[in-house]
Amino acid sequence: MQNYNIMLAGFGGQGILFAGKVIAYSGLIDGRELSWLPSYGPEMRGGTANCSVCLADEPIGSPLVLAPDILIAMNLPSYERFIGDVVSGGTVIVDRTMVDVCPTRHDIQFSALPATQLAEDNGLKGLANIILVGRLLRMTGFSTLESLNIAVEKSVPASKPQMVEFNKQALTLGYEFLDPKECEL
Amino acid sequence: MSEKVLMKGNEALAEAAIRAGCRHFFGYPITPQTELAAYMAKRMPKIGGVYLQAESEVAAINMVYGASAAGVRVMTSSSSPGISLKAEGISYLIGADLPALIVNVQRGAPGLGGIQPSQADYWMATRANGHGDGHVLVFAPSTVQEMCDYASLAFALGDKYRMPAMILADGLLGQMMEPVELPEAITPEDLPLKPWAACGHKNRREHNTVNSLFLVAQELEDSVIEREQRYAKIKAEEQRAELVLTDDADIIVVAFGAAARIARSAIKLVREQGIKAGLVRPITLWPYPKDSIANLLPQAKAFLTVELSCGQMVEDVRLTVNGKVPVNFFGHTGGIVPTPAEVAEAIRMTDKGEQFSLLPYKSKLIATEGGPK
Repeated sequence: MQNYNIMLAGFGGQGILFAGKVIAYSGLIDGRELSWLPSYGPEMRGGTANCSVCLADEPIGSPLVLAPDILIAMNLPSYERFIGDVVSGGTVIVDRTMVDVCPTRHDIQFSALPATQLAEDNGLKGLANIILVGRLLRMTGFSTLESLNIAVEKSVPASKPQMVEFNKQALTLGYEFLDPKECEL
Repeated sequence: MSEKVLMKGNEALAEAAIRAGCRHFFGYPITPQTELAAYMAKRMPKIGGVYLQAESEVAAINMVYGASAAGVRVMTSSSSPGISLKAEGISYLIGADLPALIVNVQRGAPGLGGIQPSQADYWMATRANGHGDGHVLVFAPSTVQEMCDYASLAFALGDKYRMPAMILADGLLGQMMEPVELPEAITPEDLPLKPWAACGHKNRREHNTVNSLFLVAQELEDSVIEREQRYAKIKAEEQRAELVLTDDADIIVVAFGAAARIARSAIKLVREQGIKAGLVRPITLWPYPKDSIANLLPQAKAFLTVELSCGQMVEDVRLTVNGKVPVNFFGHTGGIVPTPAEVAEAIRMTDKGEQFSLLPYKSKLIATEGGPK
């Protein structure tokens, strides 16, 4: 299978680290090598969070993703900070509710879905992050819906069992969302 | 085989320590080891163990001293500045021949430094964990699985040789998650008794004394030299290193911990360009795996160490190589993690015969000592 170097970025509280954990767990379910590395530096105190996830078939060297082939950006500062680092041919997914941009790059696959809005409209408040993961699955096939559903079960804390079903709904919602292609490339 | 789970390095180490029979943890909070202490705070009370947040690092290490003297498996964890504060207590543990696990999840330094990953405590860990002649066993994990595996190894060898053992990790390994297979659990009752321990015995034997004070110089010299003899045995028998692609290698990269992960990626890059580079990854930093370096000397054109410091372990490589071939250094410090591309470039320069000790300064490479660059 293909190797993926994934960067997820957004505000603290948007579930960036959790979304990264679900992606990482899907790698474990799929029997792949993987790493998950959060930003824990001073920037975290400033309200932004980002997270590097690597999926590969051989042991992972550096877990720090500097040239992502996948970027999920949930706010504008994160989008602006990382869009230039994405490798040519990479995939960029933004939460259009938070990041109202059209890409200036033409060498990437781009998807903007109103994840936060979709979450609110579907009674899944706070799960824009997982909607974006569902969309990523549809665009790249980095894992399977079955593996991601198991990953959700493994990642949701035991103290919040009711969240498993909501997360699964969010995954499906993102997976089935069809990009309106509002951005002309 | 138990199922693999996804855990942070700090948490995997904490769980592994508990599964190795440790029921006593004394610490004081500091980033980036926070999750380790937090895990202990949550788990220890549920399994009849002790988690105690002391009033300071100095108090915590002295609680470790007391618990170890009483014969139990005990540990503390901290990050760089906190380990400096524990130095006096570690020297006392060494002087009293007491085992204990000390975890250093290193951060940028000196001073308060920063909270990003670093390896700049290499000298402190291998040379001077406090005053006096003495050493601690030092293990350098490079994966979350090793954070877990070396916990029980450190406890076992610490008990065997009656000396403190350190796991020298860093913020990257502490914070990252990887799949980990946790070991089978043993309980404190499964562990062999320590006949030297100063614990209650209801007057059924002579009392034991645990102490590091010897006012008669001859007695002190004898005790220190007895320990040196033990160190000689450890140096002969306990060196550990992993060799990666060294069979045909003529450029030998030496790196431990997080830096070894980057070096591994870099070696993959340069191998695609036909450079025969291999990696020696020290697992024990004390005793230093000199034999692994020495065995590769006949085939090596040059060595390159890669460290998250201004160049500390490079001195141990130079001591072993003893001037026979060049030993180069490349590193970042202060919490910056080198990129595989940078390290690959350092390997290519080494392959071309250049001799250097280089640190990137304000995006420019600068020489840190002699040599053409």
